[in-house]
Amino acid sequence: MAYRIIDSCVNCWACEPLCPSDAIRPAEPPAMSHFTIDARACTECEGDYADPQCASICPVEGAILDAAGEAVNPAGSLTGIPPERQAQAMAEIRAR
Amino acid sequence: MALEALDQPKSPAAGGGCSSSGCGSGSDKLAHLPEHIRAKVHNHPCFSEDAHHHYARMHVAVAPACNIQCHYCNRKYDCSNESRPGVVSELLTPEQAVAKTLAVAAEIPQMTVLGIAGPGDPLANPERTLATFRELSAKAPDIKLCVSTNGLALPELVDEICQHNIDHVTITINCVDPEIGAKIYPWIFWNNRRIKGVKAAKILIEQQQKGLQMLCDRGVLVKVNSVLIPGVNDAHLKEVSRVVKAKGAFLHNVMPLIAEPEHGTFYGLMGQRGPSNEELQALQDACAGDMAMMRHCRQCRADAVGMLGEDRGAEFTNEKVAAMDIDYEAAMARRAEVHAAIEANRTAQQQQRPDQPSETFVPITSLKRSKPRPAPAAAPTARFAVATTGSGVINEHFGHAREFLIYEAAGVGEGVDVRFLAARKVDLYCAGGDTCGEAEDALGKTIRTLEGVTGVLCSKIGIEPWDRLEAAGLVPNGEHAMEPIEDAVAAVYRELLAEGRLDAPAEAAALSA
Repeated sequence: MAYRIIDSCVNCWACEPLCPSDAIRPAEPPAMSHFTIDARACTECEGDYADPQCASICPVEGAILDAAGEAVNPAGSLTGIPPERQAQAMAEIRAR
Repeated sequence: MALEALDQPKSPAAGGGCSSSGCGSGSDKLAHLPEHIRAKVHNHPCFSEDAHHHYARMHVAVAPACNIQCHYCNRKYDCSNESRPGVVSELLTPEQAVAKTLAVAAEIPQMTVLGIAGPGDPLANPERTLATFRELSAKAPDIKLCVSTNGLALPELVDEICQHNIDHVTITINCVDPEIGAKIYPWIFWNNRRIKGVKAAKILIEQQQKGLQMLCDRGVLVKVNSVLIPGVNDAHLKEVSRVVKAKGAFLHNVMPLIAEPEHGTFYGLMGQRGPSNEELQALQDACAGDMAMMRHCRQCRADAVGMLGEDRGAEFTNEKVAAMDIDYEAAMARRAEVHAAIEANRTAQQQQRPDQPSETFVPITSLKRSKPRPAPAAAPTARFAVATTGSGVINEHFGHAREFLIYEAAGVGEGVDVRFLAARKVDLYCAGGDTCGEAEDALGKTIRTLEGVTGVLCSKIGIEPWDRLEAAGLVPNGEHAMEPIEDAVAAVYRELLAEGRLDAPAEAAALSA
């Protein structure tokens, strides 16, 4: 039971200080170009917080996966615009 | 169009408010500010338009994390070619930031200010931000410290901020209406949860306003930054100006949205446009009736170094700073000497123009509706672009200018009013040149930057650009090298007016509408 950060991570550091299990490691280029989660230490914040902290502040959709490999923040969940509304939203914004 | 939504007075005589130096009234001179405020701002390049000609600042990028998302920000902040807020090349630890600041302050003795502005939110990284300030207030007590924030974590940190002797704070406030906020901020991180939409915007706005009030109550100078987003908050920013003024903000800085697709921001990718120079200026003028406006902001990087128009960050990488051998005591003594020389120079410039106010801002609380401009009806308005490297004089070669300061002149005889309008960058946002984007002829790009301008003042200019400027309908002028900017602009204006080469007032008003 652990979360995972993948290579769409932008190394913004927001998650690192929030982790109650101290499980988040900064990037170590060139070997590792993005932040990672120590799977042995990650508890998915159970017992500490109602919501997993890293996934609640991560600004990049799809950058954090749950134990099943699903994006915790899927496409459209952070912009507030689901994929099916994308074209319409873009047309509205371009008309401004 | 945006102008009409702003209930800007239509008559040119009443237009533009009267808070700028253009009014020529004594009430907006720096000398009329309370002494303790005057002392705080008179050598701060970001809080004083006049000071920015003379003094330098730097930002240290110690604060990577952010607690909100703004649609104009891409959290991937590393690009060495871009120049805009939120972008840095090298993230620093507090120790590295202190070493860098002391090195810059030794090498660039015009430096007066150290700011922390990101690349995330400084108050979402309070340990790193405050550790940097703590060290610097001990090691370089002559350097002013300032911080900018989105405001979400501000109320809980106000006391700490005051403790560390930070007496300038900038809060970015784009709205006071949560419905508008929801179009700018998709989410915030609050009490260990992600909150979205209108609810998130409501919390953010409440925290910003509370923080602003707390700072003003404690006598901290607060500048409010607002990003002008056409079709989202353009009509609303006058209300923002009114509200923050009532709370006691000192200065309002309305900045244009930067939204290019290649920056990867939500707005950039979705095709949200930024405002035109004219829209920006019209809004700044509309807000000016309510509040002191800042017009010289360069929207610099979160690791910018040097005078406002320049960035010398590449001279002060971690590696280079580590190799420098600096005598801190001697550096501070040298700064004191250089600052004294700058002040003597400013005083001398000021004495040459006893009728000109030395500043373009006024304390908001003391702002009164000034009397209308003296009869501008007979005098056309004209804009001039100025090439300068600082010190308040025309001292830059046309071909070297990376930016132009835009001034507006109007009036007759000795009564010509000159006011500063804006700084326009030649290479907007990106210095990558041919490597990222289509290669436009550099001179063509410069001429496009000068849209709406009548004359161009520089220390020197080559024959080819001279001809190209003339062909584009501009009047180049290299006859006022080393003269104070406002005097030179007034002189060129008078010359063109006498030659009948300026637009009629009606035409000029139509142009600026």
